[in-house]
Amino acid sequence: MNPIVLFFHKTGSPPWFYRFSGYLIPWLWAIFLVITAIALYLGFFHAPVDYQQGATVRIMYLHVPAAWMSMMIYGLMAIMGFIALVWRIRIMEVLVIASAPVGAAFTMMALMTGSLWGRPMWGTYWVWDARLTSELVLLFLYFGVIALYNSFDEPRKAARAASLMSIVGAINLPIIYFSVEWWNTLHQGSSFGGDGPGIHPDMLLPLLLMAISTKFFYGANLLSRARLILLKQDHRKRWVQDLLSQEKH
Amino acid sequence: MSKQATGTAFGALLRRDFLLAYRRRAELLQPLVFLMVVTTLFPLGVGPSPQLLANIAPGVIWIAALLASVLSLDSLFRSDFEDGTLEQMVLSGQSLALIALARIVAHWLVAGLPIVLLSPLLAMWMNLPDEGLPILIESLVIGTPILSLIGAIGGALTVSLKRGGQLLSLLVFPLYVPLLILATSAVGAAVVDLPYTGQLGLMVSGLIVALTLAPFATAAALKLSLS
Repeated sequence: MNPIVLFFHKTGSPPWFYRFSGYLIPWLWAIFLVITAIALYLGFFHAPVDYQQGATVRIMYLHVPAAWMSMMIYGLMAIMGFIALVWRIRIMEVLVIASAPVGAAFTMMALMTGSLWGRPMWGTYWVWDARLTSELVLLFLYFGVIALYNSFDEPRKAARAASLMSIVGAINLPIIYFSVEWWNTLHQGSSFGGDGPGIHPDMLLPLLLMAISTKFFYGANLLSRARLILLKQDHRKRWVQDLLSQEKH
Repeated sequence: MSKQATGTAFGALLRRDFLLAYRRRAELLQPLVFLMVVTTLFPLGVGPSPQLLANIAPGVIWIAALLASVLSLDSLFRSDFEDGTLEQMVLSGQSLALIALARIVAHWLVAGLPIVLLSPLLAMWMNLPDEGLPILIESLVIGTPILSLIGAIGGALTVSLKRGGQLLSLLVFPLYVPLLILATSAVGAAVVDLPYTGQLGLMVSGLIVALTLAPFATAAALKLSLS
């Protein structure tokens, strides 16, 4: 068999996936910790303060990567959900479901760090700004997927329903984003000019490093969650029994 | 399956749904009464000032329409699912997307169209200026089919769950956001004599997209619920 096809077939098998991800996870966590430590040190101690925003600009190093991740994870869920529905690969269903809480957490983090930044800068924790609103709607979409998954008794049916919902949501997401943007600009001017490309290199480096480290965090978290879900779903199956008996000895 | 058989199936489903709706006339009225009650709550809650009511009128009427439509969507596939009709429809060999579309069209005609017909009364209650009324009706004519189309996906996903109502609203309300924004801003623009065709045009394009994609998503969701 073609080695690539073989790889996919292997990854699709739960015992193989369990072992493979077991090797990968420690590395992902380690890389995440190292990059994050460097990025946060650079961001919190080395990067210059903004002449207008002062030290609050440092919230950006958490806020911006979290917002990026919140959107990326939803997009990935839709892609994995599509694969899960079309080719009926169980690992993909599990990965969709394992992604949802991580994505929701990143969305919440983006919203919370944003409002903590907004209090000193805008004088209020919350405004119905276009970006804030679409991020909030994204959070509701995540909640919808999670709630849908939890309402079914059968895990595979639940995962497929959640996959379909994430695809529907992902098609709507750009429409929601643009309509909210348009709604806001209709009512008031842009609340703040984006920092754009004119960002100082000393600020850009920690930001990019954080953007990379959050991907490793997502990977590690995703695989750990997927392993647990697989163990739970397959707890009566042979490979899990074998695994458990190995642990005992 | 021949083309003719498909057309016949579509017509037969529509006829059946109308007959069922006609036999359960009292149930049909519920979303409308709900719509009126919800709209009544707003003047009671925010005060009867005509100016204030006129300002919030498009939003209030549209939100009430969203709520009423979700209320009726929960039962869109439920009775067919419970008595096994849905299974027979899947087994019939006809395109499930087309069957779903027939259900959606029937749903709009018995649950969406009455909202449109009721809207002048609601507009009067909410003191909507006369310039806004035709646009409100237009926005509802374009928008309520989108509510049925998108809502049908949620209804099909939650049909096998015992209590799907709240989950259904959690699933579909975020998807209704663009529609709500466009519709209320079209009416708001018409009231202050600004151009509103752009919003209506975007809503029509939304309707076309929903009409092409939603039946397939609904069919996939129905198959999933039956598996």
